[in-house]
Amino acid sequence: MRRVISILVENEAGALSRISNMFSARGYNIESLTVAPTEDASLSRMTIVTSGSEDVIEQITKQLNKLVEVVKVVDLSEAEHIERELMLIKVRAGIKEREDMKRMADIFRGRVIDVSDNTYTIELTGDCRKLDAFIQALDPGAIIETVRTGASGIGRGNRVLRV
Amino acid sequence: MDRIKGVELNGAEIVVRCLQEEGVEYVFGYPGGAVLYIYDELFKQDKVRHVLVRHEQGAVHAADGYSRSSHKVGVCLVTSGPGVTNAVTGIATAYMDSIPMVIISGQVPTHAIGQDAFQECDTVGITRPCVKHNFLVKDVKDLAATIKKAFYLAQSGRPGPVLVDVPKDVTAMVTEYQYPETVSMRSYNPVRKGHAGQIKKAARLIKQAKRPMVYAGGGVILSNAAPRLTEFVRLLGFPCTNTLMGLGGYPGTDRQFLGMLGMHGTYEANMAMQHSDVLLAIGARFDDRVIGDPAHFAQNPRKIIHVDIDPSSISKRVRVDVPIVGNIPDVLDDLLTLLRADAGERDAAALEAWWQQIATWRARNCLKYDRASKIIKPQFVIEKLYEVTGGNAFVTSDVGQHQMWAAQFYKFDQPRRWINSGGLGTMGFGLPAAMGVQLANRDATVACVTGESSIQMCLQELSTCKQYRLPIKIVNLNNRYMGMVRQWQQFFHGNRYSESYMDALPDFVKLAEGYGHRGVLIDQPADVEPALREAFARKDELVFLDVITDQAENVYPMVPGGKGITEMILSEEL
Repeated sequence: MRRVISILVENEAGALSRISNMFSARGYNIESLTVAPTEDASLSRMTIVTSGSEDVIEQITKQLNKLVEVVKVVDLSEAEHIERELMLIKVRAGIKEREDMKRMADIFRGRVIDVSDNTYTIELTGDCRKLDAFIQALDPGAIIETVRTGASGIGRGNRVLRV
Repeated sequence: MDRIKGVELNGAEIVVRCLQEEGVEYVFGYPGGAVLYIYDELFKQDKVRHVLVRHEQGAVHAADGYSRSSHKVGVCLVTSGPGVTNAVTGIATAYMDSIPMVIISGQVPTHAIGQDAFQECDTVGITRPCVKHNFLVKDVKDLAATIKKAFYLAQSGRPGPVLVDVPKDVTAMVTEYQYPETVSMRSYNPVRKGHAGQIKKAARLIKQAKRPMVYAGGGVILSNAAPRLTEFVRLLGFPCTNTLMGLGGYPGTDRQFLGMLGMHGTYEANMAMQHSDVLLAIGARFDDRVIGDPAHFAQNPRKIIHVDIDPSSISKRVRVDVPIVGNIPDVLDDLLTLLRADAGERDAAALEAWWQQIATWRARNCLKYDRASKIIKPQFVIEKLYEVTGGNAFVTSDVGQHQMWAAQFYKFDQPRRWINSGGLGTMGFGLPAAMGVQLANRDATVACVTGESSIQMCLQELSTCKQYRLPIKIVNLNNRYMGMVRQWQQFFHGNRYSESYMDALPDFVKLAEGYGHRGVLIDQPADVEPALREAFARKDELVFLDVITDQAENVYPMVPGGKGITEMILSEEL
């Protein structure tokens, strides 16, 4: 089962590798991992998308909590939450394809952020499924380059993860 | 200790001052370029004594043995690069068995880090997966606070080794020194008290139990809970087993003790584990060598109560019904209070029937061996060792058959007397660990039970033993095989003894003599006891007893890897 785990961690050198090390050492899967400092510069917020049985997810959260630099861990997917991921995608957009490509970007509420004679670079935000759907909707031959950030997650409403 | 505040000290002085503040008696180490300033400061004082080993692995094992036998933090000092990489086996050993330890490692100067400098390695990266935590100190201003944190982390919660990597220039830089009195870390707050509601649930289950079993592991030793566990088990009248790491946590000679459980556990302990209806696991982690196949273990329904300081040990391999996260002595105190207040409703008849069932399992006499053998049986040597030392020795061991025989046949009545590498299974552990044990317990009897293969993995420490006059008694069960490897090859690999035979063994007697010790060869059963008596009477001398034992002897019972714990091979079945 796919799970989204949010972590508050001390913003210290080595914290990221301690966490990613733990996943690889114990054979857990990381689908995506994002990390950046929060409004409190001493803390980083990490979102890890992983998958596994109930038992595996329970062990993952326990093992994360065990790491000395980890301040808080929450399994966002246990309740209502929002996920967003940013994708930058460079596509073929010559004279012939231009119109269609722009229309497709509009349908997915993407923005063209860079243009050249024969390419568009499109910025697209959404949950992972939406980004997947956009890629699916394009002719594979039209895609030149794809960059995705991985999901960032936050709880809905009053559900808050902070110190 | 006089606390001098506000003085200007260099990094090396700070390291040594911090060790003094922590009351460190011994530092086990080996000098080298990156730690020369620290060694210079050690030279100028006499509060912290340095023990010079012959290889960094020995330093870490010695600090480990020191800690296990004394409940103090073991401390090591090694240089950068190969100093650290040599120490890694020892650090991983301590990590697997949750031993509180602080390792201070030298590092190349900060400006050289990342330049592939001479004797540089990524120490923090290499050790990260085998420490509780580690630090690289880049600013001398952080040094004292970091060392304070290291000692705090090593000892609190689930203990473990903590490494502090100190670049050489940091040891030369000067700053105002102040040792912090306390540590507080928002990201690290280990619990002590168990959850009251869970403890009530546990008490209820314990009272209803018809076939109870207490399964206690190394956590009992580490948390100094042995007296409380003994009180608890005796109050309830329940059977008790210890893991390899837990031996001595409950008196080995007590009637309620069923012996060690697991792969080489007793028949009665494994049967009682499997057939219990309420299992109380205390400071143990249901590992593969203990319960074998978890699916087989789950075939018999039972309620499991699990007490452990580490939440990640709970429901890792076996689902439990009542998890209690907390410090074992605190939790046992709370449980004892509840059970004492209301102990009247337990089913005494059921418990009696359960003990009768256990008696039939005990009657299998699963540890029997050929006592009339003309070749020395290794089990016989351990039995005699137990008799000669009155059961009061500190016994360290290496890894393999001799380790299992020592665990089975030496009855440990006290905690911290049985010192072995349980989790990592590190050959070479026994001798250096015995050095640490002997230094922590200067007048105690210390025996190192080993084999001719294991002893050769850290043999160089015989030289350290000479330098510090450590009168360890080495009992080398010499069967000219890597015995446990050979046993597996016999059982599971069609008697193909691939590379498990040791040709060209040294003359251990001459070898011991070469290092300035006494060596004795024993090859007749009748000589075992007198030789042991004579060796242990030599209070100020290391004696190396090279005991020529039966090459074909195997450790029984044995649960083959991946099988259920009741699927034992017994000696009588062969």
